[in-house]
Amino acid sequence: MSSFQAPQNLVAAAAADATTNGTGAQTATFTVKAGLAQMLKGGVIMDVINPEQARIAEEAGACAVMALERVPADIRKNGGVARMSDPDMIKEIKASVSIPVMAKCRIGHFVEAQILDVIGIDYIDESEVLTPADEEHHINKHKFRAPFVCGCRNLGEALRRIAEGAAMIRTKGEAGTGNVVEAVRHARTVNAEIRRASAMSDDELYAYAKEIRAPYELLKQTARAGRLPVVNFAAGGVATPADAALMMQLGCDGVFVGSGIFKSGDPAKRARAIVQAVAHYRDATVLANVSENLGEAMVGINISELPEDQVYSKRGW
Amino acid sequence: MQLTTPAVDTTRTPAEGRPLRIGVLAIQSGFHEHQVMLHRAAANAEVVQVRTKAELEDPALDGLVIPGGESTTMSIVAQRSGAWDALHAFVRKRPVWGTCAGMILLSADALNQKKDGQALLGALPITVRRNRFGSQVDSFQIELQEPVEVLSEGDKGSAGFPALFIRAPVVEKVGEDVKVLTWLPRTSGESSEAVAVRHGDILACAFHPELTGDDRWHRYFVRMVADARRAREAAA
Repeated sequence: MSSFQAPQNLVAAAAADATTNGTGAQTATFTVKAGLAQMLKGGVIMDVINPEQARIAEEAGACAVMALERVPADIRKNGGVARMSDPDMIKEIKASVSIPVMAKCRIGHFVEAQILDVIGIDYIDESEVLTPADEEHHINKHKFRAPFVCGCRNLGEALRRIAEGAAMIRTKGEAGTGNVVEAVRHARTVNAEIRRASAMSDDELYAYAKEIRAPYELLKQTARAGRLPVVNFAAGGVATPADAALMMQLGCDGVFVGSGIFKSGDPAKRARAIVQAVAHYRDATVLANVSENLGEAMVGINISELPEDQVYSKRGW
Repeated sequence: MQLTTPAVDTTRTPAEGRPLRIGVLAIQSGFHEHQVMLHRAAANAEVVQVRTKAELEDPALDGLVIPGGESTTMSIVAQRSGAWDALHAFVRKRPVWGTCAGMILLSADALNQKKDGQALLGALPITVRRNRFGSQVDSFQIELQEPVEVLSEGDKGSAGFPALFIRAPVVEKVGEDVKVLTWLPRTSGESSEAVAVRHGDILACAFHPELTGDDRWHRYFVRMVADARRAREAAA
């Protein structure tokens, strides 16, 4: 019997992530995607809802802005389904600043991601702050030109997102609460799990990969490097310069501030203070100086008072 | 992008006296990556993070790398923390290397600045264009021709080097005494663009050697720093 050979012409060859333009230049490689996140390290990324806020953020020294229609605190207050922002509003923000602009799409909503990709967004946040569009699958992020950042609560979740193509990770924290407790919990959990994995032999890592539902090769790489293989920012509840420095001292590479700035009494001053705090996060004298006279911080929410379906960090799989 | 590790180049760092002290401006961005590469390039050099006025005024600091990242963030933070004037003075007296945002900060003039403009150190007589290639989706990696000057004896005959351009600038105009070290190859019909230059003790490139496995640029800068120190010591 002759051996069976699968036909070679049923499907077109799979397109690779990267594309080239004839000079040998390759765009959208993982190195290029992760490289931008490396350049954002030690910086603050601020949520903004219009060009005026974006300019305030840029003048304060933000290393990037996140363009969205409502900050998480207002998404909480208004309720309903939260979706990707109007592309025109994102483009206006993009035109107003020279720093990178990020935008959010819903978990699993790959068409929102296609739209953000085509308007030339610098980073896409597949975010639990918006209402999930898929309760089982995240987006296959390898297919896009734009890089992705995704949230995590623990090491397994972080590595699953990286396997799907995320070139940057952030803690989920609990967005729109002004309460840093969940961001701390998530950063400490990731750190503790990496330390555990680092002490394991390759043989033990197979079992640990199964336990935390993480791809073995990525887990092994993380364990041996002693850190996540991509840049890891803090997010979700950072409201003060001290909160931001706390997350940096816990080992995060940078900080996202959502509602904390533009829901406070003096946004420009608070924005500047948080930028200085992240740049000098080990210097308590600087931290004391920048923490003075900041005016009202955003009103915080205790996580235990949130209704179960309003805990954003439980979104994502 | 993985390259074999070249031999550590220790030949031109001082054999006696205190070791070379090379700083990496650690205000924001990928400064850690530069530290790792400098350690590899010069095992016997001290590589330190530099943030403050006092650290920049340390007479033992032999050279400084200004990394990539956001040039606006770095100038705003440095100005607010009182380190800007010391940085301004340092880049005019000791060897300095700017990569990407660092090249923008060193330049005399920059196009595509943020509204209201931005502070530049102005020690390098070139005009750069920020975000020359557009947004992140247009960022790319490419193999560039080896600039002969950058290679040491042991590197001769090795391949081109990998370069990452991340929301990168290019050099639009060069002033007097600026040598172009590398050009970007373009598709037919377009003119080449300068992406690495040297002016005296100032080195600048639009791409990120610290994000590749290739430390030839770092070794080149270490030699610049060692040469300048030797010249200073001979004059003293």
